[in-house]
Amino acid sequence: MTALLDIRNLKARVDGREILRGLNLTVQAGEVHAIMGQNGSGKSTLANVLAGRPSYEVTEGEVLFEGRDLLAMPPEERAREGLFLAFQYPVEIPGVNNIYFLKAALNAIRKHRGLEELDAMDFLALAREKMKFVDLDESFMNRAVNEGFSGGEKKRNEIFQLAVLEPKVAILDETDSGLDIDALRIVANGVNLLRNEHHAVVVITHYQRLLDYLIPDQVHVLHDGRIAKSGTRELALELEKRGYGWVEEESAAL
Amino acid sequence: MTETLDRTENILSRYAAMGESSVRGLQGPIRDLKEQALQQFLKEGFPTTRQEDWRFTNTAALARAEFLAPEPSRRLSESELSPFLLDRTDHFVFINGSFSRELSSTTSSIELLFFPLQELLRQNALAVGDLGKHASLEGHPFTALNTALFTDGAFIRVSEGVVLERPIHLLFVSTGGDKPYVSHPRVLIVAEPGSQMSVIESYVSLSEGPYWTNGVTEISLGSNARLDHYRLQQDSEQAFHTGRLQALLDRDSHLTTTSLSLGSGLARQDIGTKLSGVGSACVLNGLYLVHGKQHVDHHTIIDHATPHSDSEEFYKGILDEQGRGVFDGKIIVRKDAQKTNSGQVSRSLLLSASAIADTKPQLEIYADDVKCTHGSTIGQLDEAALFYLRTRGIGEKEARTLLIHGFASEVLERIKVPSLRLRMERAVLQRLPADVNV
Repeated sequence: MTALLDIRNLKARVDGREILRGLNLTVQAGEVHAIMGQNGSGKSTLANVLAGRPSYEVTEGEVLFEGRDLLAMPPEERAREGLFLAFQYPVEIPGVNNIYFLKAALNAIRKHRGLEELDAMDFLALAREKMKFVDLDESFMNRAVNEGFSGGEKKRNEIFQLAVLEPKVAILDETDSGLDIDALRIVANGVNLLRNEHHAVVVITHYQRLLDYLIPDQVHVLHDGRIAKSGTRELALELEKRGYGWVEEESAAL
Repeated sequence: MTETLDRTENILSRYAAMGESSVRGLQGPIRDLKEQALQQFLKEGFPTTRQEDWRFTNTAALARAEFLAPEPSRRLSESELSPFLLDRTDHFVFINGSFSRELSSTTSSIELLFFPLQELLRQNALAVGDLGKHASLEGHPFTALNTALFTDGAFIRVSEGVVLERPIHLLFVSTGGDKPYVSHPRVLIVAEPGSQMSVIESYVSLSEGPYWTNGVTEISLGSNARLDHYRLQQDSEQAFHTGRLQALLDRDSHLTTTSLSLGSGLARQDIGTKLSGVGSACVLNGLYLVHGKQHVDHHTIIDHATPHSDSEEFYKGILDEQGRGVFDGKIIVRKDAQKTNSGQVSRSLLLSASAIADTKPQLEIYADDVKCTHGSTIGQLDEAALFYLRTRGIGEKEARTLLIHGFASEVLERIKVPSLRLRMERAVLQRLPADVNV
């Protein structure tokens, strides 16, 4: 079976500095992967490269999305094909209405897939249903995108978008950072929505705490722009106990 | 050099001749005012970029062009007029500066007095009271020219305590003609104490051709009166537009005036408010869009002349192609104007590398117990926001459109007349890169 996401020997530069140095990762439908690692290991760079941020330069390797060349697609096409990035720092966009924005996004994706676009009424019904998962008040819908939202509200808005857009592959870039337990549960709920044979989730995190609520199939440790070690949930627990030092030493010894 | 001088003389003498014909048959103070205004204009002539207030705006092309008085206006069909009308408003229509009773929807009532100035002039019944009192002539040659040459316009008076439910729409339509012409619409709005109303002035065109609109609006607000005022400028992109607004605010009165400028090749708006009564407040909003080689210049002066007065200014410009936007905002806080509260924001969005924005906030504060803030920014579209929208599946062109519209909408949201807001939404969207149904 073709993997949903297949990253092969990916190397990427930001501001002339090489951050990813030959990263390999294969994600199959139905899987939840956790990527952990210290600050500066390349976690967020990976997320941004996959989403197509213009200032990130891929120098080598390839990424296949259901067998197709992801890196050749502009960001909007990646999204329409089914890739979603929950941002570490969601952007505030004054003057752009949250509900209008999300309806435009969903309809762009539906159109790409040959589905009929939703009208305002149908969209609102869908949005209301999804809002339950993230415990957002309806008044959020009529505010400007992320404008004046608290940190937790911004993260919940990301998960809300995820729930509405139902991507094939969702990448969560430190969505759990700075959240309290209640908010963490909400994030986990959102991820669990996608937990079935058609979707996959890549959770980038600094902490193992989130992994109490969503059990990953695989855990990877990112070090120096490569996957230094992969394992099961036990690996995350071990990292929590022993820190990252031993993995880095092991990796250096290889 | 001599040739230039001759030419200038020549042009001014043409306006002098127009001035003489405009006072024919007039007597008394109005004649004196018009003659004095003409002399003032002839003395000052067209402004040059050597003058500080005109540093960014060159009127040489305006001075050179040979404008005539408008020919007798042709009749307009309803279908020509209807695109410019606004739902749920009462409209008074002017064609090339002249009032058209048959195209207007309403007449005077006890609550609302409306007089076309032409009638008052013809009957020699135009009292010089509020007219000419607020819009000073000195240093304002175009106001002087308007005062000397206006032949028509609107005089609106709302009686004490009256709340007008329906906004008044003063619609100035230019039809274009064989030769470029100039009209000098004059508006006088008097809101008696405790009254409340909305007035929209809109300047629109049926042709693409060149002409010149030189308008002056004077506003007088009695104590505790409220006026929500809009000035929509959608003249032809070949046209010149010079506009002056001068308002006097009495005790506890409140004025909001919103300038919406999309048209003209060269537009200059001079907006002045004088807060002369304790507790008075004004809000100046502005949204301008330029593209091609359009040039829009807003000069605002808010004069806090009394303690406990508030002002807020919120201007936004969207500048594309080789367009240029100028914002010069002066706040004066006089010595006695303690407890003044004033805030000014001006933002310009540059959509192309060759667009130019000039902003100049000026604070002149002579009182010590005041709160004045100002901020101006000139920037491009936020790349991070653009990327964010694209990662959600929205195409680049649509994403740009959403962001530009979002920038404009912070002013559009302040438009309280629904039909005007809708029309502005559409007008703004028409200028944006993608078809988006916001």
